[in-house]
Amino acid sequence: MQLLRAFLLRMITTAITLIGVAVIVFVVIRVVPGNPIAMMLPPGATEADIARLTARYGLDASIPAQFLIWCQGVMQGDFGASITSNQPVLRLVLGRLPATLELSVMALVIAVIIGGIMALTGTRHRGTKLEAALDVGNGMALSVPDFLWGLVLILVFGVVWPVFHISGRVTPSLDLPFTTNFYLFESVLRLRFDLWADIVSHMFMPALALAIPLAAIIGQLLKQSLKETMHLDYVTLARTKGYGENHVITREALPNAILPTLTLVGVQFTFLIGGTVIIERLFSYEGLGNMAIDAVINRDLPLIQGIVILFAVIFTGVNLIVDLSYALLNPRLRHG
Amino acid sequence: MAEKARVDGRSHIRRRAGPRLWLSAGWLGVLLLAAVLAPWIAPQDPLAQDLFLGRLPPIWVQGAEPGFYLGTDSLGRDVLSRILYGARLALIVALVAGFVTCVIGAAFGLLAGFLRGWVDVVISRAIDIWMAFPPVLFSILLIAVMGPGLMSIIIAIVVIDWTRFARVVRAEATAQGAMDYVASAQVAGRGRLSTMVTEILPNVLPTIIVLLTLEMGIAVIVEAILSFVNLSISTDDPTWGGMIAEGRTSIHQAWWVLIFPLITLFLTVLSFSQLGEGLKDRFDPVLR
Amino acid sequence: MSFLTIKGLSARLKGSTFPILRDVSLQVAAGDVHGLVGESGAGKSMIGKAVLGILPGSVEITAGAIELDGVDLLALPPIERRRRIGATAALIPQDPLTALNPSRRIGPQITNRLVDILGWPRPKAEARARELLAEVHIPDPDRVMRAYPHELSGGMRQRILIASAFAAEPRLIVADEPTTALDVTVQKQILKLIAEMQARHGTALLFVTHDLGVVSKVCQSLSVLYGGKVIEATGVRDFFRAPAHAYSRALLAATPKYTDPLASLTPVPEAVIAAVQAEIAAYDAGHGRGAVQAVLRGARHG
Repeated sequence: MQLLRAFLLRMITTAITLIGVAVIVFVVIRVVPGNPIAMMLPPGATEADIARLTARYGLDASIPAQFLIWCQGVMQGDFGASITSNQPVLRLVLGRLPATLELSVMALVIAVIIGGIMALTGTRHRGTKLEAALDVGNGMALSVPDFLWGLVLILVFGVVWPVFHISGRVTPSLDLPFTTNFYLFESVLRLRFDLWADIVSHMFMPALALAIPLAAIIGQLLKQSLKETMHLDYVTLARTKGYGENHVITREALPNAILPTLTLVGVQFTFLIGGTVIIERLFSYEGLGNMAIDAVINRDLPLIQGIVILFAVIFTGVNLIVDLSYALLNPRLRHG
Repeated sequence: MAEKARVDGRSHIRRRAGPRLWLSAGWLGVLLLAAVLAPWIAPQDPLAQDLFLGRLPPIWVQGAEPGFYLGTDSLGRDVLSRILYGARLALIVALVAGFVTCVIGAAFGLLAGFLRGWVDVVISRAIDIWMAFPPVLFSILLIAVMGPGLMSIIIAIVVIDWTRFARVVRAEATAQGAMDYVASAQVAGRGRLSTMVTEILPNVLPTIIVLLTLEMGIAVIVEAILSFVNLSISTDDPTWGGMIAEGRTSIHQAWWVLIFPLITLFLTVLSFSQLGEGLKDRFDPVLR
Repeated sequence: MSFLTIKGLSARLKGSTFPILRDVSLQVAAGDVHGLVGESGAGKSMIGKAVLGILPGSVEITAGAIELDGVDLLALPPIERRRRIGATAALIPQDPLTALNPSRRIGPQITNRLVDILGWPRPKAEARARELLAEVHIPDPDRVMRAYPHELSGGMRQRILIASAFAAEPRLIVADEPTTALDVTVQKQILKLIAEMQARHGTALLFVTHDLGVVSKVCQSLSVLYGGKVIEATGVRDFFRAPAHAYSRALLAATPKYTDPLASLTPVPEAVIAAVQAEIAAYDAGHGRGAVQAVLRGARHG
């Protein structure tokens, strides 16, 4: 019963957040100088043309009225039509979503692997010069944002040592037999590992750029957590049983050390997703973030709204999943 | 036990704080000097274009011209001079945006943490909503709305990042507010606002200072990203982000156009963060 | 025949000359229960940890030998050492609330030593675990094996830890103040259980405690420690009849007696403490450490 109440409360705050986001973006972009309609039409368009199109996109009504109309549409799954491409916003946005999701998840996986290795190695060799060196590297990775790492990677792997692609999602000349836009996922399902390799080779650099700051945070947090856990009595007891350092770290301490880092990593993951906006631009990756920048430059109001709302939904969704996982994974909470 | 402290790992941390602090402060000092003295020490006019001098390599590479130490971009503009002038924008944004964000964010945080009640609820909800926006997208959106310009950049940074300070300060103020000394100050008959400022602020200050340096680094990055997507200042004044954008496109023909502003930006952002970390080590009463 | 022989064990704080253990020697015969008595900080717990190879990272051994069944553990390479300890010794820890891994069920925590270190097949190990749980009077062993530590009470967890210690039929068990962290009502039960198990399995037991009453009930011999130095080592009968050292006498006098609790609350006299500290200072001087440190150390006791 208590769980249900907490769940409902959570749903309400999430709804408030999403509505707040919708209102803010709605209002902000309508204060825009420069009429997007005028930008769309060829020069020499008449006042009447402009007025007609303005009415067509509903931009002539008052802002609150527009908001209500938009909300009504949303209830029915209609997010309006993009001004630049005339396609339904929902379809456009959902079309680009898989690319960004795959990129974010890949970055998360890379971050967890690198961060985990750093933390475990640092713990295994604690007090040595290796740990100190790892700390320095970690500190640097932490201080520098994904944008700069992206540029560094472009320099290194675009010019100096061109092993990976630094532009696009897949080699343009390739023929893609996919039905969904989940290229990475589908290529595995269809056992087309040649395509998979090409896609990974394109995704790896942007994913790595996104991953580096998160990996540093994971490395630091997890190592701290591990260090504290290693002092606990049950770890010492395991040593008396004959277990060596490696086992003690990975099988006794690690499962308990992971939990506290989980919530913070979840929040940081949302920051990572936010970073896709500029990273996708940097690597010309055809995802949601890249489309968002274009939408803003082109003043495509319905599209901007749709994308921002979608990002907000993703962020709140991730937070929800993280809190849920924490509750499930903690044996204490599970049994009340 | 003092003896014990010397033996465990803590001693390593204390010793390392020193060089980190001096290195980052050193770089930022050099940068500040360079920015202030730019008109006098820049070898060329940063805006001067000369297509015949386009894409010259740095001075140590074959085919370079004297006077263009770090090479030129495709329009023949001197890279070094543009970096020096770009530093001015970067530092102004860092200092102004950093401070304003800090003050406004901290103010909200203090209000929320100390006054509690509906003020806290409203501010906390606002923070949640704000954190549901992807920051870069939000900043691009705001610039698009407000139009380019230095003022817009600063406002955009403040609007997006005030939550960073507000959250932390709110947490500290809530915790400190619960402690005995605030209660005793209130008993002694001082006004609420006065209590808040004089009792809580000094204790929250170390955290704020650390966040401030971090915020400066973030401000520089945001400006760089905005000028990268061509949404920064409206004039032709050189920006590091703009240089990087251009360098990105001509990366195979003129790598120096990308690499030098990138290194400068990298070192600057790194220095701001490490400055904060170094200050934190110094200020942390527990470690002391 | 002595199963555990400690010869001249000295240890200090790493990176300093601050001594933790001063030339400790003792013997525990096979099947015997030997008490390690002393105030907090006297080093009794450190001896137990040294034997089991779990000294804190800040402490290092500077001299001496720890012979388990004739083999000097300190002379062995690290991997061999921990294998041997894992196979022939075990620990009954002090705090049952922190000595069990919170994210693992009870069953694996009892059987893991048998399966991973000793190579037993899992069914055999689980059967043994059930047997042991029954020996420590835990009802419904199957349910307990599947439970998580936080679902069980402190007393129950200590029983489990005791059972777990006896799993591999060790020849030596170090019990590190096993009742200190428990409720008074439970302490007596646990003590009885430990004595029972020890008698049944014939294991040598190194019993670390500050409670002389416990020693009188459970141990055959004991060592009294102060400042990391063995002040007196003797059989329990002789000790309680007529302790040889002034400090031991004072300790005995300081122990509350049930017959007259208030009257028997006499702290160890200053003169006696001074005398012991003088002994330690003499030891230190003989081993190259200043007397000043010894006095400073004494001043910290309160």
